This record gives sequence, C-alpha cells and structure tokens, in this order.
Amino acid sequence: MGKCRDIEHAPLRAQAETVLTDYAAQSRDGTGPRGRKPKKRLSGRNIMIYGTLFVVSVYYLLPLWVMVVTSLKGMPEIRLGNIFAPPVEITFEPWVKAWSEACTGLNCDGLSRGFWNSVRITVPSALFSIFIASVNGYALANWRFKGGEAFFTILIFGAFVPYQVMLYPMVILLREIGLYGSLAGLVLVHTVFGMPIVTLLFRNYFTSLPEELFKAARVDGAGFWGIYFRVMLPMSLPIFTVAMIIQITGIWNDFLFGTVFTRPNLYPMTVQLNNIVNSVQGVKEYNVNMAATLLTGLVPLAIYFASGKLFVRGIAAGAVKG
Amino acid sequence: MQPSIAIKDLKLAFGAVEVLHDLNLDVGQGEFLVLLGSSGCGKSTLLNCIAGLLDITDGQIFIQGRNVTWEEPSDRGIGMVFQSYALYPQMTVEGNLSFGLKNAGLPKAEIAERVARAARVLQIEPLLKRKPAALSGGQRQRVAIGRALVRDVDVFLFDEPLSNLDAKLRADLRVEIKQLHQQLENTMIYVTHDQVEAMTLADRIAIMKGGKIMQLGTPKEIYNRPANRYVAEFIGSPTMNMLDGTLDMEIAPSFSCDIATFALGEYGFAPGTVSGPAWFGIRPEHVESGEAAEAMPVQLDTVIDLVEPLGSDTLVRVRAGGQLLWARANGQPDLSPRQPLRIGFDPARGHLFDRQGDIRL
Repeated sequence: MGKCRDIEHAPLRAQAETVLTDYAAQSRDGTGPRGRKPKKRLSGRNIMIYGTLFVVSVYYLLPLWVMVVTSLKGMPEIRLGNIFAPPVEITFEPWVKAWSEACTGLNCDGLSRGFWNSVRITVPSALFSIFIASVNGYALANWRFKGGEAFFTILIFGAFVPYQVMLYPMVILLREIGLYGSLAGLVLVHTVFGMPIVTLLFRNYFTSLPEELFKAARVDGAGFWGIYFRVMLPMSLPIFTVAMIIQITGIWNDFLFGTVFTRPNLYPMTVQLNNIVNSVQGVKEYNVNMAATLLTGLVPLAIYFASGKLFVRGIAAGAVKG
Repeated sequence: MQPSIAIKDLKLAFGAVEVLHDLNLDVGQGEFLVLLGSSGCGKSTLLNCIAGLLDITDGQIFIQGRNVTWEEPSDRGIGMVFQSYALYPQMTVEGNLSFGLKNAGLPKAEIAERVARAARVLQIEPLLKRKPAALSGGQRQRVAIGRALVRDVDVFLFDEPLSNLDAKLRADLRVEIKQLHQQLENTMIYVTHDQVEAMTLADRIAIMKGGKIMQLGTPKEIYNRPANRYVAEFIGSPTMNMLDGTLDMEIAPSFSCDIATFALGEYGFAPGTVSGPAWFGIRPEHVESGEAAEAMPVQLDTVIDLVEPLGSDTLVRVRAGGQLLWARANGQPDLSPRQPLRIGFDPARGHLFDRQGDIRL
C-alpha cells in the first residue's frame, strides 16, 4: 500500500520542487506570503524608540525617586550624602512632622492648616468658576446673542493679560468691597481669573455638539435653563472632568494669589510649603521638606490618577469632534 | 379654506448676505409639500424660519391662520424631524418622546397615553426603555418622527430625514412616511435634495435655487412642464439632453442646431413665443433607440459612447456630431461602445427654453 503511494506521487513531488522558485505558482497554490505581515521585535527602529522613551522617563522620574527616598530617611542617613540610595531604615517621622509639627512663622501645626485652607479655597473656586464658565460657554455656543462675539473676544483677550498687571487693581477692588485678606476674596479672584480659559473650553465643547440637538430641544419647548440642565449637562461629563482637573490643579498649585490676597493664618498649602522649606533658622530638615512637598503635590496627583481616562476622552472630545 | 401655512414676503439676511428673497408660499391643509434643491439653495433655511429656529429679517409667517412670526418654536404648533435624528442621548426612547410634553406641563396620564399612541403608530413599543445609542439608524429616525407625533400638532417639518440612512432603509422609510401622511392627514413640509423622494412623496414640489422658488407644482407638472432650464435639468436622471440652437417661428415653427433641424408642429408653445436662440431639451427616456426610433419624427445616426446597464433598462450615451446625448432603452438590449445606433424622438415631448432667461417657451 505504502509502496504503491510512493510510486504514484514521485513525479508530483519532483514537480513541486521545481515549482518552489516560481512565485506566481506559489501564490496560486497558497504557499507564498499569506496573512498578517510578520514584524521584527528587535529592529533598529524599535530599539531607538524604546531606548529614547526609557532614557526620558528615567530623567523625568529620578527627581521623584530622590524625593521619595529622602523623605523616608532620617537626618543622619541623609548626611551620608548618597541621595540616590534607598533608605536603610524606613521612617515616617518626616511625614508626620511635615503634616502636623513643622513650624511656619508663629504656628507650629505643620502643613495641615495649609491643607485645609487650600481645600476651603479650591472647592468653592473650582465649583463657581466651572458653573459660571459652563453657562457662559453654553450661551456663547448656542444662543447667538447680540454682542456675543465681542464679549467672547474680550474674554479671550483677558486670558492673555499677565496676572501681575491686575494684581494691584485687584487688591484695591477687594479692599473696597471689604473682602481683602479673606478666603472669600481669594475665591472670587480665582473664579474671575479662571473664567477666560474655562469658558473657552466649554464654548468649544458645546459648539462641537450637534446643533440640531439644541434646535430639537427648542421645538420641544425647553428654555435656556431647561436645555442647559436637561440636554447639555448630561452630555458634558468629559468636558466637566477636564475643567475640574484644570481648575483644581491650577488653584491648588497657585502661589501668587495665595500670598497676595490672604493673611498668614489663611495661607494655602503652597505658600505654607514655601515657608517651611525656605525657613532660615535652625537645621535644614531635608527629609521633612521632601515629605511636605510630596504631601502638597498629592492632591493634583490623585486627581490625575483618578480621572486619567475621562481626562483623555474629554480632551479628545473637545479637540476632534466636529 | 385657509392655508395651513402661509408665508408672506419672507426675507432673511445675514448681514449683507440675503439668503431668502421676498418669498411667498401657501401650503394647503393636509398637503405634503417638498422643498427640493441642491445644497445651499436655502431650503433648510426656509424650514428653520417656519419652525422659528431662525429669526427672519422681514415678512410674516402664518400657521393655521395664526401669525406666528414672533412666536417661540414650541408655541407654533409644529413638530420637527432632523437629519441627524437629534435624539437626546442620555434619555430613553420614552424620555425622548415625553420631553416636549413635560416641558409643556401636561398631566402624567396624558403624556403616557400620547407616548403609547405614538409608539403604537410607529411600532416602536418594544424600544421604549432603550437609549438611542442602542437603536439602529432606522429605529432612531422613527423615534425622531415619534417625538414630532406626540406633540399632536397640525404641521410636521422634516429636514432631510432620510439622508443619513442607507439606500434600502431609505426606500422603506420613504414608504412609511407616505403611509403616515395618508393616515394622519396633517400638513407636512419636507426638505430634501433627493428628487426621487420629492417625486414619490410630494403633493406639490417647490424647487428652490439661490433663495428663490424656481417652480411650485405637482410632481407631474414639474416633470412634464418644467418652468425653466434649471428645473428641467434638476429633475430626471440622467439629466435632460440640451441642444443649443435657433428657434424659427416664421412660417412653421422649427428648431435647428448643428446636428439636426426639425419641425415643432405639435409642441405646445407658450403664448408670444418669437424666433431666436433657444435650448431644446429632451429627456433620455423620451429618446428611442433601435427599431422604435424608426417610427419617430426626428431621427439621428449616432455612435455609442458608453453603456450603463441598470437591469430593468439600459442607459446609453451616444455621440452625435460634437454632442453627447443620453438615451434610455428598455430592457437589456445588446449594445456595446463604438457601435452605430439610430436614435429618434418626438419634438412634441421636448422642452424649449429661451437662451437669455432660460424660461420655458
């Protein structure tokens, strides 16, 4: 049986061998290239790409590494001078001290006071500015009112005026309305200065939504607020996330307004951090400084981590959708 | 009987740009009017003016005898269906249908009843709890129609409602809209750029160009007696053949151009027609070929240039002199390019247009 098959197929096999170099025939009988093109893992291009990415991320992450390890070391260990070395003995003492004991001026209750001040500044400022700006953006995008374009131009112009120019007039303004030196005054300042960029953000987002939706809602008898709350708001989660992140991180990280418009017992966390780090008396406690800095940066960091995906989606929605 | 919608001297200008010029239009009770034109002709703009979504510059709009020129869209007694459906994405189908009624402050029982009735008419009852994202294109458009339906209004406005659908679904929904109109018997204004939709749906068609109505008439009138060259070339596919020549009215009316000269004895002239340069138009479906051509008063020997078989019939482009002409042949004749072909037509079925004003003669 086996022998018989051999005899029969011998000429066929010989034919197949001669055909191997015949590419046309290859593709005809399916032995030629087929399916997905194979990719080389270790090509020169890949080495270049991943190598560059690696170097850049190390360059970027190294300072963070130094901060984290230093904040976990005791002072004697820091004095040895190996700033890149991981801590031999992990201690959370510096963190506790930074949070509740470090001295700034007369107060020695650490960053906690600044943290709560910052919360009391950031939350209302972000909420007010985002609410007002979203209504602005919605009105500008959908309700073409007389002077709307001019208003928008002025607002955008406002975004390019350096803050320093407006500091002194703002101080006088706040003094006149009796809000200078109070948290409410600072909240007002943040709300006003956040207005141009956040309004622009919202206007562009609402412009990108289909206009017919707005028309349909008008035919359905919804008014200005009805359309805003029941049609536009539910569709705007991504852009609200973006605005939240921009405003919360921006206001949290603010230093200039915090120093200018408040009194020492109301200083936000950033100002207090500066005062701890730059205090000139006594020994420089590097570990406490590092811990304090990390604590201050923790809030924006947490927000980025928590909303990363939505943030990207919101940015993309504002930018691409036409 | 008073017209359902009356538009008087409507003018719309954006700054110095006039989009609609002194437009007058009456739509009868229960009439299905189609606004037809290529993009940018002002048809959607006119619809938006009627709906109250655009503030007009001058003129008046009456709906059911009421002057609604300054009324809000929701107070005009209209329902509107948009091209992109414009369903509220975060609401269920039921929420979409009841949104307008809630805004109007109707009692709950009444809302539920109307939603149920609209859902029954449009056969979307199983979809009521779904969100628009979970619907197909045809279902979405049905919900959009339902949103106009629940409002219990006399006038429906459609803004290219089928343009986003694929060809098959479009034909299906077209039939459904026509049935809906026969069932509801309310006034409908329907904007489209699709001549098939216009011809099949309309009681009357208004063909628009540059913010003006070029012709207003029944589909038959528009097809058989186009008022001007624009209308003649807009309706019909492939486009009407146009011959550039001279009309001679001296002894017996005749038309001569570079490829033929023929008498126009049977043609129904407009009164006061005089000799002069003119266009002679003839629709491809009125150009006979092969044996049928032999019986025609005017015959031409041509060469086939291009053949487009459609199954039911065949489109042939032929070359006569320097001219390319389209003819529609019945069935599936055996034709191929570069073959000679005899074509013929009856001048009485043609259309003559003045060369200056493109007006029908």
